[in-house]
Amino acid sequence: MGQVIAFWVLAVAVISAALGVVLLKNVFRAAILLITCFLGVAGLFILLNADFLAAMQILIYIGAISILVILAIMLTRELSIGSPSNKFQIPALIIAALFCCGIIWAILNTNWQISNVAPAAVTTSGLADRLFGKDGFILPVEIIPTVLLATILGAIVLVKDKKK
Amino acid sequence: MQNNFVWLIFLLPLLSFAVVSLILKPMFKAKPKLVGYVTIAAVSASFVLSIIVLFKLLSASNHELIVPEINWVFIQNGVTMRLGLMVDSLTGIMLIVVTMVSLMVQIYSQGYMKDDPGYHRYYAVMSLFTAAMLGLVMANSLLLAFIFWELVGLCSYLLIGFWFHKPSAANAAKKAFIVTRIGDFGFLAAIILLYSHTGTFNIAELQGMAVSGMLAGSVLTWAAIGIFAGAIGKSAQFPLHVWLPDAMEGPTPVSALIHAATMAAAGVFLVARTYPLFEHSAAALQTVGIIGGFTAIFAASIALVQNDIKRVLAYSTISQLGYMMLGLATGGVAVGIFHLFNHAFFKALLFLGAGSINHATQTFDMREMGGLRKAMPKTFATFLIGAASLAGLWPLSGFWSKDAILSNALDKQPLLFVLVLITVFMTAFYMFRVVFLTFGGTYRGKEQHLHESAPVMTIPLIVLAVMAVGSGLFNITGGFSSFFGVGETHNVIQGLFGIFTEPLPWISLILAGSGIFLAYAIYSRKWISAESPGKIFSPLYKLFYHRYWIDEFYEGIIVKKVLMGGLFKAAHFFDSKIIDGGINTFMIQKVIVGNFFTGLFAFDKRGVDGAVNGVAGTTLAAGKTIRKAQTGQLQFYGLVIGLGIIVLIVSIFIFSRV
Amino acid sequence: MTIGLEHYLILSAIIFSIGLYGALAKHNAIVILMSIEIMLSAVNIALVAFSRYIVPTELTGQVFALFAMAIAAAETAVGLAIIIAIYRNKETIDANKIDLMKW
Repeated sequence: MGQVIAFWVLAVAVISAALGVVLLKNVFRAAILLITCFLGVAGLFILLNADFLAAMQILIYIGAISILVILAIMLTRELSIGSPSNKFQIPALIIAALFCCGIIWAILNTNWQISNVAPAAVTTSGLADRLFGKDGFILPVEIIPTVLLATILGAIVLVKDKKK
Repeated sequence: MQNNFVWLIFLLPLLSFAVVSLILKPMFKAKPKLVGYVTIAAVSASFVLSIIVLFKLLSASNHELIVPEINWVFIQNGVTMRLGLMVDSLTGIMLIVVTMVSLMVQIYSQGYMKDDPGYHRYYAVMSLFTAAMLGLVMANSLLLAFIFWELVGLCSYLLIGFWFHKPSAANAAKKAFIVTRIGDFGFLAAIILLYSHTGTFNIAELQGMAVSGMLAGSVLTWAAIGIFAGAIGKSAQFPLHVWLPDAMEGPTPVSALIHAATMAAAGVFLVARTYPLFEHSAAALQTVGIIGGFTAIFAASIALVQNDIKRVLAYSTISQLGYMMLGLATGGVAVGIFHLFNHAFFKALLFLGAGSINHATQTFDMREMGGLRKAMPKTFATFLIGAASLAGLWPLSGFWSKDAILSNALDKQPLLFVLVLITVFMTAFYMFRVVFLTFGGTYRGKEQHLHESAPVMTIPLIVLAVMAVGSGLFNITGGFSSFFGVGETHNVIQGLFGIFTEPLPWISLILAGSGIFLAYAIYSRKWISAESPGKIFSPLYKLFYHRYWIDEFYEGIIVKKVLMGGLFKAAHFFDSKIIDGGINTFMIQKVIVGNFFTGLFAFDKRGVDGAVNGVAGTTLAAGKTIRKAQTGQLQFYGLVIGLGIIVLIVSIFIFSRV
Repeated sequence: MTIGLEHYLILSAIIFSIGLYGALAKHNAIVILMSIEIMLSAVNIALVAFSRYIVPTELTGQVFALFAMAIAAAETAVGLAIIIAIYRNKETIDANKIDLMKW
């Protein structure tokens, strides 16, 4: 019962936050609502028994990415264009709506094979096992740091002051 | 018996030519005289070998040496061109003549051509000429003889035009070559005629055929006349004599070698070589005799009134060659060749003497000479001997051969005999006119220092003078004639003095003596002034002086009017109007056809190219339109992607369900 | 009513569509980036939901979502770096004005 209420509350929060991000004129407020959206998503992760992932969501998304976004907003503050909509507004709306309907229709018409096994309470060890254990996803674990390294270097090069 | 050494006689001068022109030319500046030494060495060796050949011939059977042939060109159907040498008595005599005179001239040239810038060219071409002449006298086939004949003509051209920067010399060389060419045409026609009838070029075979009668009638006559035509050209007989006086533009030693002793004699040699053909064709033999006899008096008459010493000698040569032809026609090979043998030596002597005079007085005009006998004693003595020999004074060489010709002419051609007898008088006169004008009296010229020439020039003069005296003595015992297989031998005394039992030698001697006396009277003692004969016989004088206007006739009328005006104009007309016209009409046809093709081409251009261009244009237009999709705006692309995804999802879902 | 898989999936779809609209219909480049983050989050929800309802013991979806999160972070960093670079050069972050690749 509590899960049902939690779900619906979180669902509404996330959807409204997302709507706020895309519809608000003030970019800063959009950024704050983005943070709210991420919090909601973290809650949804907890509902889905992905506690480790929820913690990661907050750490990564809110702790790093959102800060980064706000930094970028601040750096490009002089512009007062805010966040208007462009000429593709109507077509985008149609596309998005169509997409949504299509997916939902696909979801509702698929025969999901729901399992009845109870999920684990703490997933950390399970995840660790899946990542680093036998037959685990060790390769992506090694690749991702390389990607992050490339990202860091790329970002540095891109924003380096070139006036020497 | 191995007689292959005979090849060397011909090859040595040829080799020296190659060495001089190819190898020594770069070294020329350092050691100019080396060139002369090489060629003289070669010719001396050839001379020695020629003497050896002569001695061998004397003892050989039939007076013939057999030299092995060489296969030269092998054409199919068994026709082989063979290179071979024919060494018989005629060859032996000619070898001696050519090598000895060539040797003397080359030694003389060491002095005469000293400091001339074309020194090495001179000796090179002289060597080549010697080689060619030797090849000619030794050739055993008419074709080979023709090749050397032409080569000799080429060397003559090169040497006459030796000082080619002088226009007169260049023109003279050209004239010589063209005039002799006219004769050579006849020679070539004869060769072809003979080959087509007999299938052989070999002289010995042809001679045999003439003797046996296989070759006969008009074929033989025309062939013989054709051969004689070549001889007319080379030996400067009337009417192709015009080149020889002009050829005096060349250096004097050249005149001595080529136009006195050897090349001019080549015509006589050719007739002698092919004599059986002439023997068996009375008409041809008659032609030879008539032309020879006429030329003798004709040229002598012109020589009477020339002022240039070399021109006198040139006309004298023409005249003597006429004698030789007459001798061949009436007396046979031995008589004609005997005179050739003697004439070569004393004519060369006279020319070289003239060159020596020129070295001292710097001129050839006798009017500017005189009194040279004190200043140039050796030249005077040798020149006198030569002149006396030419005039036919006993016991010098010219007497013996002329006497033989006269006696034979009396037998066979009485009319010609009269002409030739008159010529004896003329010959003596003009020759001693030269002697008295140049050596007698007092010096009329402008040179300060008159001196005798260097020994290198006078020694050849002395040697030739010895030959001029002694060469006639070869026939004292009839040896020369018997060498040719005719006549009888008698002892020395009978030979020397027995001649005076005949009336004819007395007559000729008297005529010669009177000619000399007349010259003495006019030019030395001046009892009769020089001009008076000219005034008395003034039309004749004019005729002689202008050389019968033959040169003017040839150049003015034949060359200018007939050839240039007529034949060449016609040829030009034919070429430009008819041939070019034909080609032009052909071209018009081509143009019509061309237009048709142009139409096709246009269709191709517009139709096919239009299609191709249309495709390209369509592509371009389509591109222009489709290009508009590249807005560069990310979100537009995103929209399209989204649309695509939707379509994808729906279609996958539908088809997976089906 | 129990919350089934479909609920989570429909929720994910809706959030994704909102993000899609934002990505396609906004001028501001940073807002576009934020919308992309929303889309990525929606996908994470779907993944974890799949993992929870279809293979709870295997946690495959969660592993996947973890990696997706890491990559999303990297991509955001680079994207923002690009935007700042563009801003330096062009003095604008209007997505419609950055059309150098125009024909």
